[in-house]
Amino acid sequence: MKVLEFAEKFGMKVWAGENKLQNDITGVYVCDLLSWVMSHASKGDAWITVHTNLNIAAVALLTEVACVIVPENINVEPETITRAENEGIVILGTDLNSYEICCRAYECGVGK
Amino acid sequence: MTEGCLELNYDIPANDFLHAGEASSSVKKMLNQLGVDPDKVKKTAISMYEAEINAVIHADGGAAHIEIWKDKVVIKICDKGPGIPNVELAMQEGYTTAPDHVRDMGFGAGMGLPNMKRYADSLDIDTAVGKGTTVTITVFLK
Repeated sequence: MKVLEFAEKFGMKVWAGENKLQNDITGVYVCDLLSWVMSHASKGDAWITVHTNLNIAAVALLTEVACVIVPENINVEPETITRAENEGIVILGTDLNSYEICCRAYECGVGK
Repeated sequence: MTEGCLELNYDIPANDFLHAGEASSSVKKMLNQLGVDPDKVKKTAISMYEAEINAVIHADGGAAHIEIWKDKVVIKICDKGPGIPNVELAMQEGYTTAPDHVRDMGFGAGMGLPNMKRYADSLDIDTAVGKGTTVTITVFLK
């Protein structure tokens, strides 16, 4: 499923990476420990994290996730948005919590 | 410049999470441009990023020296920080001495050195308490 389809279907806000919304989401990974994410997230995952600091853009770039999803209407810092734009990283925002995002992704067939 | 090898050098600023990871991002882009296998690029970039972040968190920054050869990438991250008193302990997953403000940012889970070991084909840690640490990561490209 394309990031664009997923974002539109659930009314998600695009914080950064408008021009990368054609990335394919092939799985979902939820974790807030950045080293753990680097060790276990897969290319093409939608990575859900409550972190909004600059380093999420670096970790997303290294792990080649399809997008970062920030749950529960958490505000993303302007510096993070700038860095994500520079690195071609998609950051989405939603009022859903992490569990709800996983459920929606599963219902859409992601990872099946 | 050593013959047959591309060398890159970066400063790693102290306590500067704004620029932390820029060196590894830059090396990743360079390796991609050189047509290196994507899995090798990922191994290199992740192990280097962990070393870079460690230098930022624990050692008031440092310097990165990268050599890209036809058959391998060698990354040296040097710092003049406090050194690692017990390397064996530091290599254990979950062991950390990172301060709370760093952990609040998502780092300091005690995964840095284990991740370097996991992704590097060869990892050498040369450390002396009170003097600093040099981490040498080698990833073979063939």
